[in-house]
Amino acid sequence: MKVKELLFDPILKNNPIALQILGVCSALAVTVRLDQVLIMCLALTFVCALSSFFVSVIRNHIPSSIRIIVQMTIIASMVILVNEFLKAYAYDVSKSMAVYVGLIITNCIVMGRTEGFAMKNSPFASLLDGIGNGIGYSFVLIVVGIFRELLGSGKLLGYTILPLVRDGGWYPSNGLMILPPSAFFIIGLIIWVIRTYYPDQMEESN
Amino acid sequence: MENYINIFVKAVFIENLALTFFLGMCTFLAVSKKVSTAIGLGIAVIAVQTITIPANNLIYTYFLKPGALAWAGYPDLDLSFLGLICYIGVIAAIVQILEMFLDKYVPALYNTLGIFLPLITVNCAILGGSLFMVERGYDFAESVTYGLGSGFGWALAIMALAGIREKLSYSDVPKGLRGLGITFITVGLMAIVFMCFGGIQL
Repeated sequence: MKVKELLFDPILKNNPIALQILGVCSALAVTVRLDQVLIMCLALTFVCALSSFFVSVIRNHIPSSIRIIVQMTIIASMVILVNEFLKAYAYDVSKSMAVYVGLIITNCIVMGRTEGFAMKNSPFASLLDGIGNGIGYSFVLIVVGIFRELLGSGKLLGYTILPLVRDGGWYPSNGLMILPPSAFFIIGLIIWVIRTYYPDQMEESN
Repeated sequence: MENYINIFVKAVFIENLALTFFLGMCTFLAVSKKVSTAIGLGIAVIAVQTITIPANNLIYTYFLKPGALAWAGYPDLDLSFLGLICYIGVIAAIVQILEMFLDKYVPALYNTLGIFLPLITVNCAILGGSLFMVERGYDFAESVTYGLGSGFGWALAIMALAGIREKLSYSDVPKGLRGLGITFITVGLMAIVFMCFGGIQL
């Protein structure tokens, strides 16, 4: 029962983006096209799971005053692995995502989970927690990516779904969806939907 | 001189890290409930940014750049793949020093910032600033200007958002949108406003 909770709670009940406010930056920048979203999600889940695991393995040997540097070093090594891997096998994608792969290091989901969970729990639980939060992050990103690519350019993963007016179809493309601010609106609405289902996540007005 | 003013203004308005590149969003959204905290965090970011970007600039120029180690007898060595780990190491160290400093001399600010001070390390605005500095090939003086400007721009954005959110607490927001949801939408609108600066050339 523990395994299931660790893996699936972060999707809706404790979503890193919608509730914990972690890892928002990349959610906005890379969501114009779905293929970039998928690569970003895989990369983040990989980094998050493995760095949680390794931090947890050595958690009893890390002096608390330098724990941040130690965690950052582990995370940075994982990201360099991913970055070099992408450069070698998916060069075009890695070029189009520019600095955002490097910025996984500072994606607070990874840091937030190593600091908040892996420092106190066993390696296996941390690995699952890392994967779970990666999935929760991917969930929001994929939803945003689907909306932006579909409504913005009428395509999904490059295949035309809604034929655009300028190509002789019927769908006038929504230019706002291509612009980065649209991701804010979509995430705002996703939060609204999630909180309607889980009213205990609502915030009191002050 | 004109060059430096140009870099500064560009970093503050046209290429504002928070509202045009969406870096540092997590802290941006989470610590913008009150103007006073936002000012504190803004100052911390300016300080960290102004120190780390020039420091990373020196490290890049003298150690990592292809051929930078010529002075040590390795003219063919290219260590630029180690960039990420070096920059983040510098940032983490400086944030930790700042944390100890604030804990000792400004405990009030230290307590309000709470978990978000260590999270400045993972504030993408800081690392993003260093990466942009490398990408654009700034020299040392330019990187000081850029660090100051980008930090200032970020601080300006978070203070503006905090001001809006304080006013927003008087309005009647639908229940599920309260707090985080409406903040996202507000930031989206602010970002659209900042897009108007795009294309301005000095």
